[in-house]
Amino acid sequence: MAPVPSSTSSAVTLNINGEKHQLTVDHRTTLLDALRERLDLTGTKKGCDQGQCGACTVLVDGRRAVSCLNLAVAAEGREITTIEGMAEGDRLHPVQQAFLDLDGYQCGYCTPGQICSAIAVIEEHAAGWPSAATEDVRPEAGPPPLTPDEIRERMSGNLCRCGAYVSIVQAVTRAAEAHEAAARDDDRADRHENTEETAA
Amino acid sequence: MTTATTGRAALKGVVGTPHTRVEGRDKVTGAARYAGEIPFADLAHGWLVLSTVARGRIRAIDTEPVLALPGVLAVLHHGNAPRVDTDYIGLLGMPPDPTAAVFQQDRVHHVGWPVALVVAETPEQAREAAEALVVAYDEEPHDTALTTGHPGAHPAGGVMPGETAKGDLEAGLAASAVVVDEEYTTPEEHHSMMEPHAATARWDGGRLEVVDSNQGTTWIQGELASMFSLDASAVRVRSEHIGGGFGSKGLRAHQVAAVMAATELQRPVRVVMTRRQMFSLAGYRSPTLQRVRLGADADGRLLALEHRSLNQTSTVHEFVEPSAGVARVMYDADAHHTANEVAPLDVPSPTFMRAPGEAPGSFAIESALDELAERAGIDPIALRLRNEPEVGPVSGLPFSSRNLDACFREGARRFGWAERDPRPGRRREGRWLLGTGTAAASFHAGAGPSTAVVTAQADGGFTVRIAAADIGTGARTALTLVAADALEVAPDRVRVRIGDSDFGPAMIAGGSMGTRSWAWAIRLAARELRERLALGTTIPPEGITVRSDTTEALGTLAQKERHSFGAQFAEVAVDTATGEVRVRRMLGIFAAGRIVNPLTARNQLVGGMVWGISMALHEEAVRDRTSGALYAPDLAGYHVATNADVGDIQADWVEDPDPDDPVGIKGVGEIGIVGAAAAVANAVWHATGVRHRSLPIRPDRVLSASVPAAGGDPHA
Amino acid sequence: MREFGYQRADDVIGAVALLAADPDARFLGGGTNLVDLMKTGVERPARLVDVRELPLDTIEETADGGLRIGATVTNSDLAAHPDVRRRYPALAQAVLAGAPGQLRNMATVGGNLLQRTRCGYFTDLSTPCNKRAPGSGCSAITGEHHNHAVLGASEHCVAVHPSDMGVALAAFDAVVGYETLNGPGELPLADFYLPVGDTPHRETALPPGALITGVTLPPAPVAARSRYRKVRERASYAFAIGSVAAALDVEDGVVREARLAFGAVASRPWRARAAEAVLTGAPADGDTFAAAADAELAAARPLPDNGYKVTLMRNLVVAVLTELAEETPR
Repeated sequence: MAPVPSSTSSAVTLNINGEKHQLTVDHRTTLLDALRERLDLTGTKKGCDQGQCGACTVLVDGRRAVSCLNLAVAAEGREITTIEGMAEGDRLHPVQQAFLDLDGYQCGYCTPGQICSAIAVIEEHAAGWPSAATEDVRPEAGPPPLTPDEIRERMSGNLCRCGAYVSIVQAVTRAAEAHEAAARDDDRADRHENTEETAA
Repeated sequence: MTTATTGRAALKGVVGTPHTRVEGRDKVTGAARYAGEIPFADLAHGWLVLSTVARGRIRAIDTEPVLALPGVLAVLHHGNAPRVDTDYIGLLGMPPDPTAAVFQQDRVHHVGWPVALVVAETPEQAREAAEALVVAYDEEPHDTALTTGHPGAHPAGGVMPGETAKGDLEAGLAASAVVVDEEYTTPEEHHSMMEPHAATARWDGGRLEVVDSNQGTTWIQGELASMFSLDASAVRVRSEHIGGGFGSKGLRAHQVAAVMAATELQRPVRVVMTRRQMFSLAGYRSPTLQRVRLGADADGRLLALEHRSLNQTSTVHEFVEPSAGVARVMYDADAHHTANEVAPLDVPSPTFMRAPGEAPGSFAIESALDELAERAGIDPIALRLRNEPEVGPVSGLPFSSRNLDACFREGARRFGWAERDPRPGRRREGRWLLGTGTAAASFHAGAGPSTAVVTAQADGGFTVRIAAADIGTGARTALTLVAADALEVAPDRVRVRIGDSDFGPAMIAGGSMGTRSWAWAIRLAARELRERLALGTTIPPEGITVRSDTTEALGTLAQKERHSFGAQFAEVAVDTATGEVRVRRMLGIFAAGRIVNPLTARNQLVGGMVWGISMALHEEAVRDRTSGALYAPDLAGYHVATNADVGDIQADWVEDPDPDDPVGIKGVGEIGIVGAAAAVANAVWHATGVRHRSLPIRPDRVLSASVPAAGGDPHA
Repeated sequence: MREFGYQRADDVIGAVALLAADPDARFLGGGTNLVDLMKTGVERPARLVDVRELPLDTIEETADGGLRIGATVTNSDLAAHPDVRRRYPALAQAVLAGAPGQLRNMATVGGNLLQRTRCGYFTDLSTPCNKRAPGSGCSAITGEHHNHAVLGASEHCVAVHPSDMGVALAAFDAVVGYETLNGPGELPLADFYLPVGDTPHRETALPPGALITGVTLPPAPVAARSRYRKVRERASYAFAIGSVAAALDVEDGVVREARLAFGAVASRPWRARAAEAVLTGAPADGDTFAAAADAELAAARPLPDNGYKVTLMRNLVVAVLTELAEETPR
């Protein structure tokens, strides 16, 4: 039953997967519960509800975050992307495809969080962010290569009790390589364009 | 109307070839709905209230203030809840755990005993009301500490005899050239599957429907029907996607509470356990205190073997963790004694957890074997192969197949075992001491009666209906492959529907028996259907349906020792300055019957090995003696392995089709964890020269136990 | 969780005023600790004042060459910042070791300093805990305490501070800036956390209603060669059982300057000044490092099950300082 606005609830507009949703939320409602109980976006999972498992990971303004410790009322004005917003129509996101092809899951309950996290991990790495597995964090050392150890550490905020970590690392590796190859292609295309412009 | 064709292309068969999960797309897009995610109109939310005392009596429950809170619809407790029947034996041959028969008594049997259910319009309201409910207790002294020689300890059976004995143990030990006599302990461990238990109950035209997360819809249907005195046909349980089970997802307080509330309120009620509640209500693996005595001649041949194990149970339900059962399958000796004992304490009821008995039992006996190898100066693999029994050491029955030697030989070759210096503390790399270890594994292979329904459709497709459960095992996909082969069609023409008790009785996903049991039933029906179609039968619009039941076929199986086997290898790095232990690589080679889907089976075997790492190094629920409650019962306080804890883990198998199974299946759900913790612990000894006989091997224990490794310069 | 009011603050003074208006109000930053504590019932605020949108999200160089880090800078942005990584690498490492990415993206610098202990008795409302319920007793001293304090604790509380970031900040003499209705103020990190004594529920010296606005790191050339090492009970996503932030400046084999702070051993990030005194001017070798550790740990008062922490910290200090000493000066 939806609450009415009062001193302990508010009317908010949540921007989720590019769609605006207007609803009144009890201030106690987490972003996770708003997604699952109010908006029927149940792809985001509740594993612990305490920020201790990562199953509820979504992207907030493009960065991964646990939705169980975000209050829905505080999420107003932010762009939320959930697992339901990752595929383009029938075309899976490359990370989703890699998880499917390489069996990067078993029961599937941690999977949406793993995939949201992995998409962010690839972006964070591309942005040059170090991790706890990075030997030398100084910028002079350059960005660390995305080795299995780097992926393991960066994906450690997502518990998988089925123990599918080995294939999760394989899936992230494959998707990251595809991402890098695409970035190189873009780079080449840009350079090619620039060359042509210069030539012209 | 069409005539079914059976393609020649399918003759080669798809069983044994890798296939991605048929529900994979739904799982990676978030479309797969788990139990707590199915919408219902007019849904109310229940929140369980658990006791804060370990033993005593509920004196009063002050419901009035809570009923006045916004949105609160009802407070169920022992004073007003419907009565249920607990005097029955369920599908697994056991009486129900009274913990699940909620609100039937004013006694409190452990911290976390369910004392009330608050139902409200929203989860937020239910939670606040549940937290606000004041329950007064008459507290009594409690005992929650499992100790060697506990006065309540007694031998206990369960799924197997409590004790077995042959030969004169003391004489055998006295005659032995080498003796090991050590105690091993494993702590309280929790399943901690990612999806919390969740159930929604509603009445639908005189029929009870429960949407639940469980390991067997037939099982839960039967339990709820018995408990609420309903005809089984008046209960429908659905469980399409399950976020992990590992033995915990049976009948629990949440389903019963949801049914009670739905009955009282006459509207759908959902009850979801919080993660912290799961640590009291979802079952767990009991801690074990084990003693192993081994005696062998100078060549390492066992003359005497004793394995005794003590576990705790609750005061309301006896559950035996049969750790001493391992030796009844693995090793023989003229003097051979095994005993499982149990002591009731004021603690929650333990239950089945991935490889019950084998997981902790193999840690003890496979560690002891390693100690025997060390003392006898014999290679640990050679020692094990030297003690391969011809027949079941206790039963005297032949093995259906036993390819343990093949597992060890293949594993040793691939792991590089031959290059291993047997002396401990010899390899160093920077701050890390390196070591390798091995252990054997076995797990019972069986099947339970199941029924299946296979329909040939007029459009050329086939639908299989079976009350199977895919708890992450890949069962749905494996069964699709089995059905396709039996029907001799491509798998994309087969749709397997599972997780609905309306599909007829079937085995649970448990005991590594699910896929085998269901595959048997599906194959039976599919073969009959294929024969009927081969006659050129035309398919009417409603299709042609064949039903099967494997009860009779299973009854004719000859008595044999039926098990999967495996050889586990681990390489660890230990920093003795900080106590950190890392598992760098593991290899498991298994003889586990015919592998239906290598892609998912490998994943599952590796997952079992990851459980072994987690058991060896991380998992431990600590009970506070004063309060009787668990300390920090959540996923930050109870550590399961993270991605960073898992190095290069590989699993593979040798040819080992079960000769008595129509598909050749044995089961792969549990064998992966068996022996894995022992292999890690044995590797830690090899790295450091220190034996760890108590799990988990935490940094503080490595630091406290740290003594200079025997054998000179560690840099050598 | 009881019902509560919620307001988003637009400016610092407004935030402080909103909080002052309601004695049961709390500031909401990233929420990674507060919202969790509200779910367990440890915190039951009547109102949340959301400070995430305040313009305190920058990292700037100070006039003297230090860094000023805004209170709402996320842990992620702090650890990714080139100046932090270059000039205070141990701080970046500590933050990266602190929590997984999806929490670091939420958690703020101000909130991190105000994290509450993860002692299991603190979060279990049915057990005594002096920090949560003053006067009720400490369950850990006679109960589970293998990850509790060995330094600076009292018979009233042996809980440890969970922050990794704070350990590095302690080593680098960070100064916490705050705002109150009566104007701004500053507290060196060394004075920010109160001794446990018989008031474990009083954790910081912040005036009532104060809002942390930022943290200033003074210039510290020694910090350019610094390191954070954390030991925990699994390889990632766990709180420390012992950690060390260390910086070392060695010339001609002699320690010119050293910074050392310990985590997970006390109710606050523990600056190891006694150890630093031993190190300064001494030969940069294993004997000195061990003597320094021993000097600091002489004050340790372990309980029956956490004595290993003394060994662990001694070994960690020696290991980390040895690594730093062996690093070629750049």
